[in-house]
Amino acid sequence: MSRIGTVARRTFLIGSAAIVGGVAFGVYKLRQPAPNPLQPATGQTALNPFVLIDQQGVTLIAPRAEMGQGVHTTWAALLAEELDVDMASIRVLHGPAAKAYYNSAMVADALPGKGYDTGEFQHSVGEALGGIGKLVGLQVTGGSTSMKDGFVRMRETGAAARETLKQAAADLLGLKRAQLRTENGQVIAPDGQTIPYTDLAQAAAKIEPPEVTLRDARDWRYLGTSVPRVDMVGKSTGTAQFGIDIRLPGMKFAALRINPHLGGVMKGFDASAARSMPGVDRVVDLGNGIAVVASNTWLAQQAANAVQVTWGAAPYPPETDAIFERIEQAFDDSPNSVLRDDGDTASVPEGATTLRAEYKLPYLAHATMEPQNATALFTGDALEIWCGNQTPVFQRNTCAKLAGLKPDAVQVHTTLMGGGFGRRGELDFAAYATQVAMDMPGTPVQLTWSREEDMTHDFYRPGALARFSGAVQDGRAVMLDAQIAAQSATHQALGRWMGLPAAGPDKVLVDGAFNQPYDIPNYRVRGHVADLDLPVGFWRSVGASFNGFFHDTFIDEMAHAAGRDPLAFRLDLIRPVHAPSAGTLEAVRALSGWTGKTPEGVGRGVGFTYSFGTPVAQVIEVVDEDGTIRISRAWIACDMGLALDPGIIEAQMIGGMMYGLSAAAFGEITFAQGAVEQQNFPDYDAIRMHTAPITEVAILETNPHLGGAGEPGTPPAMPALGNALFDLTGIRARELPLANLFDLRI
Amino acid sequence: MPTRLSVNGTDHQVDLPDDVPLLWVLRDEIGLTGTKFGCGVAACGACTVQIDGEAVRSCQIALADVWGDVTTIEGLGTPDTMAVIQQAWVENQVAQCGYCQSGQIMQAAALLAETPAPTDAEIDDAMQGNLCRCGTYPRIRAAIHMAAARLSEA
Repeated sequence: MSRIGTVARRTFLIGSAAIVGGVAFGVYKLRQPAPNPLQPATGQTALNPFVLIDQQGVTLIAPRAEMGQGVHTTWAALLAEELDVDMASIRVLHGPAAKAYYNSAMVADALPGKGYDTGEFQHSVGEALGGIGKLVGLQVTGGSTSMKDGFVRMRETGAAARETLKQAAADLLGLKRAQLRTENGQVIAPDGQTIPYTDLAQAAAKIEPPEVTLRDARDWRYLGTSVPRVDMVGKSTGTAQFGIDIRLPGMKFAALRINPHLGGVMKGFDASAARSMPGVDRVVDLGNGIAVVASNTWLAQQAANAVQVTWGAAPYPPETDAIFERIEQAFDDSPNSVLRDDGDTASVPEGATTLRAEYKLPYLAHATMEPQNATALFTGDALEIWCGNQTPVFQRNTCAKLAGLKPDAVQVHTTLMGGGFGRRGELDFAAYATQVAMDMPGTPVQLTWSREEDMTHDFYRPGALARFSGAVQDGRAVMLDAQIAAQSATHQALGRWMGLPAAGPDKVLVDGAFNQPYDIPNYRVRGHVADLDLPVGFWRSVGASFNGFFHDTFIDEMAHAAGRDPLAFRLDLIRPVHAPSAGTLEAVRALSGWTGKTPEGVGRGVGFTYSFGTPVAQVIEVVDEDGTIRISRAWIACDMGLALDPGIIEAQMIGGMMYGLSAAAFGEITFAQGAVEQQNFPDYDAIRMHTAPITEVAILETNPHLGGAGEPGTPPAMPALGNALFDLTGIRARELPLANLFDLRI
Repeated sequence: MPTRLSVNGTDHQVDLPDDVPLLWVLRDEIGLTGTKFGCGVAACGACTVQIDGEAVRSCQIALADVWGDVTTIEGLGTPDTMAVIQQAWVENQVAQCGYCQSGQIMQAAALLAETPAPTDAEIDDAMQGNLCRCGTYPRIRAAIHMAAARLSEA
């Protein structure tokens, strides 16, 4: 970790500024050649963590959004570790304290004179966000990057704040900073006198934060332990506030219907019946759909369904088979990328056994539990948006453009997310809410998707095809040649987010395939971008969500072709390349008691994927119960280097695996007549209590790099389940979902 | 004509069409947002509340058909005075995104009221209508067992 520290020392600067009644600390990235942290360019910004200390205590404004992954808790722990405050005393924006925050600062600023509390703290937050807020790069939450990003910066912020507060105390007492120590939110003088941080905050604002040295990991109190999540009480009592829970005075509720032929126009509509329905306020033309505003969401939904609409066609082939034909055509084009090309895959060594396989994976919906929604208030010269989202800056810019406003006239209030999985990095919810709000200036309106609208208007995990060929000899893989074809979610997302043209090699398209730590002398991975105008996006683990299945399933096929135990086969190939990856296989072997043999009626499969810096190995067990197959048990081993919060990591590993198992078993988005066929959970089901395996997790800490947690648990689940079913039945699944091929318990 | 409704021990008069589902009366009319909208077709359990102690999907109960006293997650306990089952949820650190957990807790509370010491199979049966896309099932199971044990000691 020392290397990271050195880089950070050169890369980041810590700044402070006065706020009413206190001080704010932030970290900004020193950029070359002309650092100008006050006006960071899009995509280069970096003042991420943001700490306020005032009369009421310590507030962490976490720039990473909480969608269940526990980021607010671990960021608070990183801060508390150096700042010497009780973790439980830190208020984290969007955490349990967020409700108070919304009810006060944000909403107060939004609705002047509406009767909300406007205490000192709210003012200071408002001022900080307005002034120093320019420094805040509210970046994308995704890519399992939050810990990598926050690990150094957050602790440095805490340390700098601590030392600055000590300096303020030293000045006050006429002592040297080194004579003072800190504990539990206060500075302690040699004579035992204590001064609370809150009393020093205003003086600290006048002091330049000193250089700091981070504490040794051996002295950590919070990090490395499972701390109570800051959002847990709120989420256990119904008081946690999600985007859909925003309530503003005079707020109306809206529902929408967008062209089910994704990307198609609306030719016309007749809303006469809808307008006369109970509670209906108005019908808004969204261009490619309509919204109905009413006195409650359900009445709005009923009226929206009563609008007669003539839809234009979609710009992609209307049926699933034709869509996949287009994806297949991409194989004929020269590859978009060849990110691995070792040895010579064209010549197979003499005497080697060759094998080939083709795989096909469906489009997938994110299906967050909280349907997409956003709340907007347009006042003519300003716009406020409340929504759970992974991309606040992009939300703001998009809505500003729609409303004809400058970006600083738009405030985006990020709420807790009822699931993200990549879906809430998109911009459609805030954009449509803006359109509706612009139709009714001065009135806040909450726009909520029905589950059916959510399911049929996603930015889907791309459907993907793969062609693999390989060769095994003497029990080892000697050649692996992979071609992967899919739409580029990266190209599409960058276009939507920043208007960037689709261009260049897309590493994400082959992530989870080109970068697997296998010692195979002849090894090539080519990516082919399918040219299709069908909305696709980032779905938990992104490219690895399909490449993990492709690559690991083929490895499993190679192991069987080589007559080897599949786990030992992987281990032999991985051990020379990446010891932490090998470690996860060894750990999962021990944890699961893997012998390579299973009793009659029981099957076991191993899956391994290295993604987002974290190797994860899983063993899945399936049981035949009178012809119905149940996923009975699972074992996971992961290694992300430092396990900053083992409890949260375990939850992410299990949750990531369940998300992968849900997709592998049941997930499939298909198209008919240009529209998505699946409408709701009955036809897009997931793992439930009675179908979830009993799971054990081993968390290793040998990885020299800090890896991600939110996504790496998903990719290996899919091949592991397929491999287990092969072990049980002898049938090799080269397509998902597996419920189409096997009689799985539902 | 306004409809009378008892929610968490408080009487409400709501002036809405008879067919508005209880879910939306709670969320958009009374302002109790702890009960969540997930699917609208009784397929996810996020909207689970209790009527006279029975766990029901509030998205499927029309306002005119509410036959008894409604209890929502807010009525079960508050952050300062959590019910035993909510405390068990916190101690087991169950929630991830947390969106489905109100429904999970209301369903589990109804289970424990009827079956004080449920087996794993009974938990499977009672909880399978409550979807969690974060996959918190193992901790939900652990929390139910913990709450069952605590309640039996009480």
